[in-house]
Amino acid sequence: MLKLTCPYCGVTGEETEFHAGGEAHLKRFGPGSGDEDFTNYLFSRKNPRGVHFERWRHQYGCGKWFHAARDTGTLEVFGTYTAQTGEPPADIVAKIKAKRPEWEGFA
Amino acid sequence: MSDVTRITDQGMITLRADFTSLKGITVPETRKIRDGIAWMSPDELLVLVPKSDVSAKLAELEKALNGHYLLADVSDARAVFSLTGDWAREVLAKGAPVDLSPDAFKPGDLRRTRIGQVAAAIWMVDDRTFHIVCFTSVADYLEEWLRHASRSAAKLTYF
Repeated sequence: MLKLTCPYCGVTGEETEFHAGGEAHLKRFGPGSGDEDFTNYLFSRKNPRGVHFERWRHQYGCGKWFHAARDTGTLEVFGTYTAQTGEPPADIVAKIKAKRPEWEGFA
Repeated sequence: MSDVTRITDQGMITLRADFTSLKGITVPETRKIRDGIAWMSPDELLVLVPKSDVSAKLAELEKALNGHYLLADVSDARAVFSLTGDWAREVLAKGAPVDLSPDAFKPGDLRRTRIGQVAAAIWMVDDRTFHIVCFTSVADYLEEWLRHASRSAAKLTYF
């Protein structure tokens, strides 16, 4: 079971209380960008087995979007953090590195 | 058994704003209800007043607020139930993924969650009473669900 803690209201719930929002920290490419960038932004997503960063919404709770860092293979959650950030916070990255030394880092 | 009552004279006002900009309104702590003001999210409050006082309260809040905010009378968009009984905790625990043990959920505590798979907010009024708010569109369903879960043949004594 995947259990997440909402960083806004502090509630820990299992995944049916939340709504998955796909890969986190996408860089937006809009009008004026190159075809390849735009195509990648629209269609290309990472799908790793291992460390992954995702967006989640606390659907049946405070309704807020947030970020979660987790392992897609073991469902271990390394941490959740607010949506108002463009990349994972340093403490979460450090925590993942300590637990998964082979992890290549956030790119 | 536990008693389920639909409260029809409850007025509700949704207030969305940056809490740091609110003056003259005491914002309850996270996931608490205090003095008729319920914490619904980091930028949303539900103000509870009798239905007949809604217009007056709206005018009062409108005067107190400035900047960017949303104020809406949602009395008719929500339904409110009261659930009273010695095993009210057990009734809700059947359908809501919330730790309702006496240590974890106390009078004054509030949770937005789902009951019988529909979105709802619950809070504890006293040791044996919960109030439950849901959307009007699912009110009849939830009322039936609550009555069904609280009938004496379905009694549970867990907590």
